Amino acid sequence: MSTTTVSRTKLGAGERAVAAGSHVVLSIWALIVILPLLWTLMTSFKTTSEIFASPFKLPARAAVENYSSAWTTAGIGSFFFNTVFVVGSALVLVMLLGSMCAYVLARFEFPGNRIIYYMMLGGLMIPIFLAIVPLFFVLQNFGLLNTLPGLVVTYVAFALPFTVFFLYAFFRTLPYEISEAAAIDGANEWRTFFQIMLPMAKPGLATVAIMNFLGLWNQFLLPVALNTNHDNYVLSQGLAAFASSAGYDVNFGALFAAVVITVAPVLVVYVIFQRQLQGSVSQGTMK
Amino acid sequence: MSLAGMSPPVTTPLRAAPGRAKRWRRNLTFDKISLFIVFLGLPLALYVTFVVSPLIQAVSYSFTDWSGFSPNFKPVGFANYVKILSDDTFVKAMGNNALLAIVIPLTIIVLSLALATMVTVGGASSGQIRGIKGAGFYRVISFFPYAVPAIITGIMWNLIFDPSSGLVNGVLTGIGLSQFKSFPWLGNINTAMPTMMFVILWGFVGFYMVLFIAAIKGIPAEIFEAARIDGAGRLRTAWSITLPLIRENVQTAYIYLGIMAIDAYVYAQALNPQGGPNNSTLTMSQELLSTAFQKGQFGVACAMGVVMGMMTLLFAALIFTLNRFTGGKDRITLA
Repeated sequence: MSTTTVSRTKLGAGERAVAAGSHVVLSIWALIVILPLLWTLMTSFKTTSEIFASPFKLPARAAVENYSSAWTTAGIGSFFFNTVFVVGSALVLVMLLGSMCAYVLARFEFPGNRIIYYMMLGGLMIPIFLAIVPLFFVLQNFGLLNTLPGLVVTYVAFALPFTVFFLYAFFRTLPYEISEAAAIDGANEWRTFFQIMLPMAKPGLATVAIMNFLGLWNQFLLPVALNTNHDNYVLSQGLAAFASSAGYDVNFGALFAAVVITVAPVLVVYVIFQRQLQGSVSQGTMK
Repeated sequence: MSLAGMSPPVTTPLRAAPGRAKRWRRNLTFDKISLFIVFLGLPLALYVTFVVSPLIQAVSYSFTDWSGFSPNFKPVGFANYVKILSDDTFVKAMGNNALLAIVIPLTIIVLSLALATMVTVGGASSGQIRGIKGAGFYRVISFFPYAVPAIITGIMWNLIFDPSSGLVNGVLTGIGLSQFKSFPWLGNINTAMPTMMFVILWGFVGFYMVLFIAAIKGIPAEIFEAARIDGAGRLRTAWSITLPLIRENVQTAYIYLGIMAIDAYVYAQALNPQGGPNNSTLTMSQELLSTAFQKGQFGVACAMGVVMGMMTLLFAALIFTLNRFTGGKDRITLA
C-alpha cells in the first residue's frame, strides 16, 4: 500500500518535470515562430530611418504612409489584384476540372483508367523545373506567354495532379446507393454528377480548395519564369522584385508594409479555415 | 438514353465483377460518351499540353544545342551533360542541393516529431493518455509559417538577419555579444548555408508537426496504455510504439522534403539571389533559370532539369530502400 503511494508521488514529480520541459520547448518554438512575424508587423509602421536606428524601438508614430507607398508606388496594389484574378480563376477551374476527372476515374471502369491515374500520380513527383524551359515555349506558341490567362492555365495544369489524386480517393468512398437512386429517378450522368455527387463531395472539395489556394497564392517559380511583364506580376514575384530593388532606393518601411500586405490575407484565410485545414493536412498528404 | 442510366455499370460497385468491360461497352450511351469527352477530355488535354509534353520535350532537348530562339538545333549527344558535370559552379550547386537533401528532411522530421510527441502524449502518464495542456494553441501557432508564402518567409528572414538593422543581431548585441554587431549571417561563407537551412526549417516544421499530430492521434489509445502497463517509459514508447506505427507518414514526409530540398529555389533566391558568398548557397534551380533565360542555353538548361529530376528519383528510391531495409516491410496493421 505504502509503496504504491510512494511510487505515485514520485511519478507525480517526474510528471511535472516532463510537462514543464515540454511546455518550455514548445513555448520556445512558439516564440521563434511568432516573434519574427510580430517584429515584421511592428517594423512595417516605422520610417526607414527609424528602422536603421534600432531594431527594437517602437515607432514614434505609426507610419501608415508605408502602406500607401507600398500599395501604389511599389505596385503591390496591382500585383494584389493580378494575384486575386489568377488564383481565383485557376482555383475555380482546377476544382471543376479536377473533380470531373477524379469522378470519372473513380467511378467508371474503362480501358486506360489506370494509365491515366498513374500519369497523374507521376506529375506529383516530378519537379516543375524539369518542365519549365519547354513550357516557356509551349506558352509562347499559344500566345499566352506573359499573360494572366497563360498563368491561369499553367496553374490549373500543375495543380491538377494533386486535386485529382485527392478527390479520386474521396469519390471512391462515397456510397453507391445514392447515385443508383439518382439513376433510378431518371437523372442522367451529368445531372447525377452536378446535383448529387458534387454536393456530397463538399468536405473533400473544401479541403482540396484550401490546399490549392495556399499553394497557388504562394507559387513563385511559374510566374518568375513565365510572366515577366511587370504589369502582370503577381504578389510573390512583385514582392521579390521590390525586395531586390529596395536595396537601392532603400524604402525599407514600404518593404515591410508590402510583406504584411501579402501575408495578412493568407493568415486570415488560415485562421478562419484553421479547423478544416488541420484536418485536411492529414487526409490529403498521407493517402 | 435515360434507361441506360439504370443499368448495371452505373449501379454496380467498381470492385464488383469480371466482365465489367464488356458491359461497359454495351452501355455506351450519348449521355455517357458526352460525359467522358468533357470530364476526361478537357482536364487531360490541359495536363498533357502543359505538363506531360514539356517534360518529354525537356528530356529530348537536353541532347541538343538548342538556344531557344533560333529554329535550328542539332543533336549533340551527351555533350550538355558532360558540360554541366564538368562545370565547377554547377557541381558546387549540386553539392549544395545534396547537402540540403541530407540535412533538411532529417532535422525537420526529428524536430517536428519531437514537438508532435510532446503535444499529443506529453500529458500526464497516469490515467487517460492525453496531450499537453494548451495543445491546440501550440498547434495553431506552429502552423503559422506554412500559411506565409515561401518567398515572404525568405524576404522576411533576409530582413531579420540584416547585419545592421535586423532582429537577430539586435538581440545578440543586446545580450552583450558585441561580436555580432553587423555580423553578415548571409554574407559569411560559414554561416550562409546554415542560415538558409534554418529559414527552411522555420517554414516547414509547423506543417509536419501538424501532420504527425494527426497521425499519432490516429493510433488507438489502448496501444499506448498497453505499453505503459508493460512499463515502457516515454522515450521507449515514442521510439518503439509511435515511430513504427507512423512509419509510412514519416517516409512520405521525408520524400516530400527531399523533393523540396533538391529544388529550394524560392529560399535561395530570396536570401541570396546571387548564390551567396563563394556560391555557398547556390542551387541547381538558380543555375538552371539563369542558364536558360539569361544565357539562352536552353539545351544545357534542360540537361540541368533532367539532372534535378534524376536526383529527385534517386532520393525517393533511396528512402524507399532504406525504409524497407530497416524493417518497413514488416507491415504493422492495426486491427
